[in-house]
Amino acid sequence: MGGYILKRLLSAIPVLLGITVIVFLIMAMIPGDPATAILGSYATPENVARLNRFLGLDEPLWRQYFIWLGNMLQGDFGRSFALNRPVLDEILDRFSATLILAGTAFVLCALLGVIAGTISAARQYGFADKAITFVVILGISVPSFFLGMMMILIFAVQLRWFPVSGMYSIWGGGDLPDLIRHLTMPAIALSVVATGVVARLSRGAMLEVLRQDFIRTARAKGVHERRVIWGHALRAAMVSIIPVLGIQAGFVLSGAVYIEMVFQWPGVGRMLVDAILKRDILLVQGGVVFIAACYVGFNIVVDVAQAWLDPRIKT
Amino acid sequence: MTLALKTTDLAKTFDIGKRLIGPPRAQVHAVHPVSLDVQTGETLGIVGESGCGKSTLARMLVGLEPPTSGSIEIEGRALDRADPAAFGRLIQYVFQDPVSSLNPRKTIRQIMEVPLRLLHGMRGQALDDRIAELFEAVNLRPEFLTRYPHEFSGGQAQRIGIARALAASPRILILDEPVSALDVSVQAQVLNLLADLKAEFNLTYLFISHDLAVVEAVSDRIAVLYFGSVVETGPAEKVFAAPRHPYTRLLAESAPVVGRPLGGAQSGELPDPLNPPPGCAFAGRCPRASDLCRREVPALRKIEGDQFAACHHPLEP
Amino acid sequence: MSLFLKLLFRNRLAGFGAVVLGVIVLLALLTPILPLHPPNETNTANRYLRPLSDGHLLGTDHLGRDLLSRLLWGTRLSLAVGFAAALIAGLAGAAIGVIAGYFGGRTDNVTMRGIDMLMAFPYILLALAIVAVLGPGLLNALIAVAVVNIPFFARNIRGVTVGIAHREFIDAARLAGMGHTRILLTEVVPNIVPVVVIAMSTTIGWMILETAGLSFLGLGSQPPQADLGSMLGEARSALITAPHTSIVPGVMILLIVMSVNLLGDGIRDALDPRLRSGALARPMAATRVERREVPAAQGEGFLRIDALETQFQVGRRIYKAVNKVSLDLQPGECLGLIGESGSGKSVTALSVMGLVASPPGVITGGAVRLEGKDLIGAPYELLRSLRGRKVAYIFQDPLSTLHPLYRIGDQLIEAIRVHEPVSHGEAHKRAVKLLEDVRIPNAAARVRAYPHELSGGMRQRVGIAMALANDPDIIIADEPTTALDVTVQAQILALLDELRQRRGLAILFITHDFGVVGQLCDRVAVMYGGRIVETGPTQDVLEGPAHPYTKRLIACVPELGGGRRILAAIPGLPPAVDQLPEGCAFAPRCDKAQDACRRGEIELKGETRKVRCLYPEVAP
Repeated sequence: MGGYILKRLLSAIPVLLGITVIVFLIMAMIPGDPATAILGSYATPENVARLNRFLGLDEPLWRQYFIWLGNMLQGDFGRSFALNRPVLDEILDRFSATLILAGTAFVLCALLGVIAGTISAARQYGFADKAITFVVILGISVPSFFLGMMMILIFAVQLRWFPVSGMYSIWGGGDLPDLIRHLTMPAIALSVVATGVVARLSRGAMLEVLRQDFIRTARAKGVHERRVIWGHALRAAMVSIIPVLGIQAGFVLSGAVYIEMVFQWPGVGRMLVDAILKRDILLVQGGVVFIAACYVGFNIVVDVAQAWLDPRIKT
Repeated sequence: MTLALKTTDLAKTFDIGKRLIGPPRAQVHAVHPVSLDVQTGETLGIVGESGCGKSTLARMLVGLEPPTSGSIEIEGRALDRADPAAFGRLIQYVFQDPVSSLNPRKTIRQIMEVPLRLLHGMRGQALDDRIAELFEAVNLRPEFLTRYPHEFSGGQAQRIGIARALAASPRILILDEPVSALDVSVQAQVLNLLADLKAEFNLTYLFISHDLAVVEAVSDRIAVLYFGSVVETGPAEKVFAAPRHPYTRLLAESAPVVGRPLGGAQSGELPDPLNPPPGCAFAGRCPRASDLCRREVPALRKIEGDQFAACHHPLEP
Repeated sequence: MSLFLKLLFRNRLAGFGAVVLGVIVLLALLTPILPLHPPNETNTANRYLRPLSDGHLLGTDHLGRDLLSRLLWGTRLSLAVGFAAALIAGLAGAAIGVIAGYFGGRTDNVTMRGIDMLMAFPYILLALAIVAVLGPGLLNALIAVAVVNIPFFARNIRGVTVGIAHREFIDAARLAGMGHTRILLTEVVPNIVPVVVIAMSTTIGWMILETAGLSFLGLGSQPPQADLGSMLGEARSALITAPHTSIVPGVMILLIVMSVNLLGDGIRDALDPRLRSGALARPMAATRVERREVPAAQGEGFLRIDALETQFQVGRRIYKAVNKVSLDLQPGECLGLIGESGSGKSVTALSVMGLVASPPGVITGGAVRLEGKDLIGAPYELLRSLRGRKVAYIFQDPLSTLHPLYRIGDQLIEAIRVHEPVSHGEAHKRAVKLLEDVRIPNAAARVRAYPHELSGGMRQRVGIAMALANDPDIIIADEPTTALDVTVQAQILALLDELRQRRGLAILFITHDFGVVGQLCDRVAVMYGGRIVETGPTQDVLEGPAHPYTKRLIACVPELGGGRRILAAIPGLPPAVDQLPEGCAFAPRCDKAQDACRRGEIELKGETRKVRCLYPEVAP
């Protein structure tokens, strides 16, 4: 197992380098130069040239890349000109908020999705299956930002159960119960689509597994049906569900951008959208690389979980 | 008699665990250097259990798999490059699974036309006539031509597979377990058809099977494969009746025969291909194995008359 | 095509989706000629009119623009963009996937590493980055959404292509002289198309959502032009004061995406051949029983099967897999049940403990009596407590019948503890003992092995050990050696025979091999077309078969030592069990058949030897 983890960690290095290359090239293709964006369109050419030199933008592209990469490896992601603070500080502040939101939503979608999908498969064509299938179709069809808006309208404005937006109350609060009150609606809104997708795929994976010969073997041994479903079948189905969970984590992280907009959640997604609209390139670059790196890390965890579950992988 | 097919030290090694750059993690010798001669008009039976390399050998002979080393000669012409189209006119292949060897989205006519058009440039009336002729040869009704593969039973699909192979007008047919997917009552139909076709078209057969009785019933000569090597060759009537290699005897004794007590209870299993033993691959299961066997790989040598065996201590008849 | 439509509309939800989507698409197409306000005509005096206001059916937005008009124009845009994105992503992804999957090797390796790299980004990061480069705008959002989805298609299609590229018909095409391009276009692509269609139809909804999302963020369509996403984005600031401006476009997105998804699922199901045959149904814990009457026991027997009928009901077709089969098994006896594929021998065996997959299997008649107690229709809990304890099974392919993710020791321990409340340690000891009993070398270490780490023969030994775990009285062995090599088969047969002698087991042995029956079984029953045509002591049946089918089948089997020869064959094909002929099922292939053979019911007659034939070869 240790060997497999090490192998998997090493194989992430080229992926991470590839990510930095892709991000750097995309950002280099952005039309217009940042100096003009910083100084405004009335800047004199001399000032623009000076700033370009100061930012290292007059170097050849490949040198710029290595300088940027080298700085990043030392923890220097540059400074955001729009916010006038180090990019990394801003990202770390914002990322913890996103992590709380997306992490909660991910746990919700994984648990609810797998359970719903398993029940649905075990009761194929029964009432529970039809009800779950209907809810799932509804769930994967509703735009999360629209769902969030409707939740605000109903549960915050009309019923006043939850606060409209933000992460903590401005007055007082700031403790865990306060966070949970603020977190509930956005986390649910964010998890709905992913739950639907996970439930559908879990149902499909379970149906596939339930037809396998080894399920018949388990029944022929006299194993209780509940254990056949939740033990034998689900365990085998997890082999194809876990990679889906890995992909869904990316979708939850992506969906967080919308939810953060709707609920004014101070996360990294809103930061990125603002940065793009303001052409704050260093912040976009740093943010994208940071999130992608975290996602790569998460996928290593997924792969290790997969290998732990399926002994056939480690050969 | 002329030589239809000749292989010289034909071998295949598969790389296991390929990397983007650098050597593979391991290699498996699927086929050790094999030298075989097949006379024109002869049926050479090839028997062996799963993993003995018989299918890999067959795929090399028709160019579907490039050999790692060695050479193939068909009617005196060297064919070493793996270009199935070049092989196609001389040597054809009949697959084990008759249904999966037919494209499910094409009609039988479309399937039959391909080799005629591409290998022989036939068009129009000549094409239709030739298809009708082939269908008659394999006892299939012409109305089957407009149907799709899933509408056929295994036996019928195998006849279509044979007709397609014959369409290339090859000199040699490789029959890779052509009846093992079929029920016994249908199996005999196909085997008899193959015998008729051989006489009619003057063909040479390589008949690959794991079923000893079937191979014995159709072959002139038999080669026994074990773990990628030919361990014994000889005339069909002698190989199983008077085996020279202990493995051949084990095979012959393991085949279930009515009225014979169960035998071969403790005969071990195949060695690990990733970690092959030095010396004879059968030594671990062989009652006659000596230190020599565990040290040195025995070469295929003449034992008596036309019986050859790769054994340091061959059996007496 | 008509079959496709029929299948599509059989699914009522898909039909509903098709209708809703049809209406929406029709409205979107007709938008330019409908009598609507111009979508961008502002009228600040009429801001935020509620729905059903005069002249504005759905009210107006913050600039006093007519919402209905904007909604329909926005729908047009969103639909067009969603379809276009799906088409681009689908085609580009499929092209990459097909090429990588077909050529394999380095092409595949390099392409897929690139794809993996792209998939290492949460998709929105990539979309945002692309929009950042190209600048905000609907077309750019479309490109971003399409590009971001290419990796998903490419991966999916590659997987399917790899499966097809290794099929034998591709090899056959190469041997027929086809080059790579021709094979790709005429052999591979036609088999990929349904998969691409399914993938596209199930992702269009998602694409519409994503483009709407980018517009919602202000990165898609730019004012005054509006798609549904940007309408929602503009309305967000007035969510609380004028909720209808948000609800109208939001509900429209929901409707579109839901109808697309329902239709997409319908298309997927209609194109999937496995669903047509009902093969995707999950088998229940025990076979369904629909029995009108219980036949009386026709005699003694430790295990008695009386007039058993098992059918497969697929759509309107009824396959009579087992047709009034009666058998009995005495303690310590080995009964061989022999027949060709489709003869119903396995289904008979599985029916005993209700293990026939259901749906589509249904037991429609007969009784299975174990020590006189009828098991057909018995409560599930009773059946379960007997499975493995009294009657144990050994199945054909030991690789697929053992759970791939559990250690073999744990599978054995489970088999023991299901029926006996022993401690884990005690069960573990017994598991090791069982493995030793089936002659697995180094059993104490092998209990920790996974099935894939064992050879086929060793796996089947584990299967036998598992069947022996609770010291059953009866073992039903369903072609246990068919998947094995002949030398290994001999080992397994010898082991079974020895265990049977030592433990006094009764064995019901299913096989298609007369040689195996001859070596192992005391009695044999021959099945054809779902019925037993002959039974008797093995020696007698093999030496003097009474039924013409048995006689000719035995003649078909080449026996080792017979030398080179022409083999006897039976012309024709075994009958399809959904359209069995009247009278004897073998009559169409039988050269002795008379008119009487094609009429009515032919009895299975005789004492120790029974035969279902009017003109038997030897008197029974």
